Amino acid sequence: MKLYEKTASELSEMLAKKECSAVEIYNDVKSRIDSVEDKVGAYVTLNENALEQAKEVDNARANGEELHPLAGIPIGIKDNISTKGLRTTCSSKMLENYVPPFNATVMEKINSAKMVVTGKMNMDEFAMGSSTETSYIHLTHNPHNLECVPGGSSGGSASAIASGEAILTLGSDTGGSIRQPAALCGAVGMKPTYGSVSRYGLVAFASSLDQIGPMGKSVKDVAMLQSLICGYDKMDATSKNIAYPDYYANLKNNVKGLRIGVPKEYFGEGIDSEVKESVYSAIELMKQNGAEIKEISLPSTEYAINTYYIIASAEASSNLARFDGVKYGYRAENYNSLTDMYEKTRSEGFGDEVKRRIMLGTFVLSSGFYDAYYKKAKIVQRKISEEFSNAFKECDVIATPTVPSSAFKIGENIGDPIKMYYNDVCTVTVNIAGLPAISVPCGFDSKNMPMGLQFIADKFCEQTLLDTAYAYEQLSGGFDVITKKF
Amino acid sequence: MKDYEIVIGLEVHAELNTESKIYCNCRNAFGLEVNTQVCPVCMGMPGTLPTLNEKVVDYAIKMGHAMNCKINSVCKQDRKNYFYPDLPKAYQISQAEVPLCENGYLDIMVDGVEKRIGVTRIHIEEDAGKLLHDDSFSGSLVDLNRCGVPLIEIVSEPDIRSSAEAKAYLDTIKSILQYINISDCKMQEGSIRCDVNVSVREKGSDKFGTRCEMKNVNSFSGAVRGIEYEAKRQIEVLESGGTVIQETRRWDDAKGMSFTMRTKEDAQDYRYFPEPDLLTIVVDEERIQKLKESIPELPNRKISRYVKEHGLSQVDATLIAESIDKSKLYDECTAMKKCSPKNVCNWILSDISKFTNDTGKSILDTALTAENLVKLICEVEKGTISNSSAKKVFDIIIKDDKDPVKLIEELGLAQNSDEGFLEELAKDILSKNEKSVSDYKNGKTNALGYLVGQCMKASKGKANPGKVKEIVTRMLSE
Repeated sequence: MKLYEKTASELSEMLAKKECSAVEIYNDVKSRIDSVEDKVGAYVTLNENALEQAKEVDNARANGEELHPLAGIPIGIKDNISTKGLRTTCSSKMLENYVPPFNATVMEKINSAKMVVTGKMNMDEFAMGSSTETSYIHLTHNPHNLECVPGGSSGGSASAIASGEAILTLGSDTGGSIRQPAALCGAVGMKPTYGSVSRYGLVAFASSLDQIGPMGKSVKDVAMLQSLICGYDKMDATSKNIAYPDYYANLKNNVKGLRIGVPKEYFGEGIDSEVKESVYSAIELMKQNGAEIKEISLPSTEYAINTYYIIASAEASSNLARFDGVKYGYRAENYNSLTDMYEKTRSEGFGDEVKRRIMLGTFVLSSGFYDAYYKKAKIVQRKISEEFSNAFKECDVIATPTVPSSAFKIGENIGDPIKMYYNDVCTVTVNIAGLPAISVPCGFDSKNMPMGLQFIADKFCEQTLLDTAYAYEQLSGGFDVITKKF
Repeated sequence: MKDYEIVIGLEVHAELNTESKIYCNCRNAFGLEVNTQVCPVCMGMPGTLPTLNEKVVDYAIKMGHAMNCKINSVCKQDRKNYFYPDLPKAYQISQAEVPLCENGYLDIMVDGVEKRIGVTRIHIEEDAGKLLHDDSFSGSLVDLNRCGVPLIEIVSEPDIRSSAEAKAYLDTIKSILQYINISDCKMQEGSIRCDVNVSVREKGSDKFGTRCEMKNVNSFSGAVRGIEYEAKRQIEVLESGGTVIQETRRWDDAKGMSFTMRTKEDAQDYRYFPEPDLLTIVVDEERIQKLKESIPELPNRKISRYVKEHGLSQVDATLIAESIDKSKLYDECTAMKKCSPKNVCNWILSDISKFTNDTGKSILDTALTAENLVKLICEVEKGTISNSSAKKVFDIIIKDDKDPVKLIEELGLAQNSDEGFLEELAKDILSKNEKSVSDYKNGKTNALGYLVGQCMKASKGKANPGKVKEIVTRMLSE
């Protein structure tokens, strides 16, 4: 088995036992990148200092320094997370040449753990999309079928896990942007509780919904990375000041007596029958091994997509207003007034999907429409949250499909935004309620494409969530993440 | 012409003098090199987040207490969205629906008459940067040092009826800001600015006229001129049979005129919504109370106390109360209850003010203590020394913390008030100046002054002039 095919926890042990070096791991991943990246297109920018970073880890180890278990593990960073000195484009023409002068808080943690940053991962422009097709930079392909999308918006982060171009990656999830591409690429991806990972340095899409999260080949790997990146940050007022456990150290196969809620609304019309079957059989497997299955109801789920697109677009319209050509990023070349400069810069610098959402968000916040849209959406948000907290009185986790179907073809949905938005039908509720959720692979469909199983837990119950996912991983015999196609 | 009434509402923006900015750790300082007091947060770099400086909340609550407001212990911050190059995030974090403080009032004094002005609300928000124009460069330059400087906006009810009332309202706000020490109140640095809403209506009407908002009013005198100009303009429109249109106007202080900026039709839609990057502000009752207790006695209360309890004139009471230093010294002296408050007031408004004006020092910078001043005044009241000797002592104690009683002794300034001695003295002088005595008796009363002067001269200034005058007058009438 090649090094790039191994999990972070395996590599961490090998490094500790000096069975391989950080430089060897990086070189193996780099040669994999060199050989498959032109097919996959996972990266926007490669980090030229990665080899240097790997050498430093090996030197530190040789000097007997105490190292974090993730030291020397190659990680790819979604291109909306600010990396000091390394271009952060958000896959937009607007920020094509923007180099942040500071690090996101998660990058400070990754750097201090001495992880090796391979580069910046492709995404839908400003994280708006479910296929990575809205990227201004280039397309990203699903490693399991290059004609298919990898999902989005963290499509680069997910496909790099499946193609072996990174051992771990960071994504961001506003309505499913970690879980949906993880499901479509057959990887593990977790969206942590809102407030558990600092958003400082994450280029904001929808501030009240955004959350950075880990992606990898196994639950262990994701637990390991989550333990590193979580924690209170005084730079983020919405980050929660509580004690965070070491999920990785505490990880246990916990299925006996586990109460799993199955909400009927997540298995209705529009969910592919193959997906339903595979999720049901995963639940059955858990039941056979001692889990208690409860059918539950989350009746407001049908309003989730509308609610999500109102809140997310409203916040986005304000968050993206700063890209005005004055300070950084793209500025139109020819203009005859300030207003003309604003209009041309934003018309030329943003892609269609971003503009669509800015217009939608501007509309729902406009005087005369605010009460009918934004205010009402906030009321539904509260309702959805209440239904979840009631559900968690009778179950520990909730199991649903991650995505209604496996990966679709590139170009298939791009002309139909509403159809594209419905890809998020199983994931947006989690963001609306601020909950943690994880997507794990749950078999391949008849087209031989991966499908995803989503577990949802109550706020700050990441340990229960990861334990559940870990139990399923063990029961299912482990995940086969790396593509066999090349 | 009909009889019109002017209706005025004011929105006052005051920069708070916290050490750091409202949403980041940058220094809150004026006049430093452009774009040096900035960081990724106040420059609005992608991915940055605001974190609230709780001092700003404290300061605003203090102002709320000072203006008799209800404090909203739970309130949000909101985004006000608009594009302008001095606003790097393209939104200003402010408070829309629920302000930190609301429903207060302020009592002002105009021509000796007290009037109550309603205060609608006080909210916190961040300042924007500044555009700079330079002849060497064809475009505009942006200085972001001021971005994130904390502001409070104080909105009044439309209770103000004249430019004089507006001036009194603004002066009172300024003195409160200084008293509770939350703003530097440097007008020339723009630390207080105001927007003025003016409408006119026929006297006796209970309906408000159409109002115009005037922006860019950067001084209190500008506000007075702007109000007068705007009221006159509106009355002229109405008198010529026209109607006032609701609009925002820009005040040009140099020209003394206002100009249309935008009409109601193209009013901006700021698309306010709750700031998702910040938590709801929650202030507990204990903190609100503590802040209330920290509010010192404010100038208005002082003025009425000085007038009612100390018998000062309205003018003198105002002059003392308006200055933190003067009222501090006055209050310390009068609290000792050893001398007449009126005499304390006279010393402060005459000799002490002259000294501070001449030297540019504040009272606190001088060596003068309340204790020494009271001792000196007491000696004058007792007749131990003359007023002119007292000034000599004063010249010393304002520069050195020395005991006036000892100084009087050391310098031999004590006056002689001994009846027997003074009678002898007077007898002697009167006998030597028979002509003046007969002049006085013939009705030339100014001869008295000469005779007293001679007594003083003979005593080398030591005789108590009051007593001497008393005795000489008595002897002349005998």
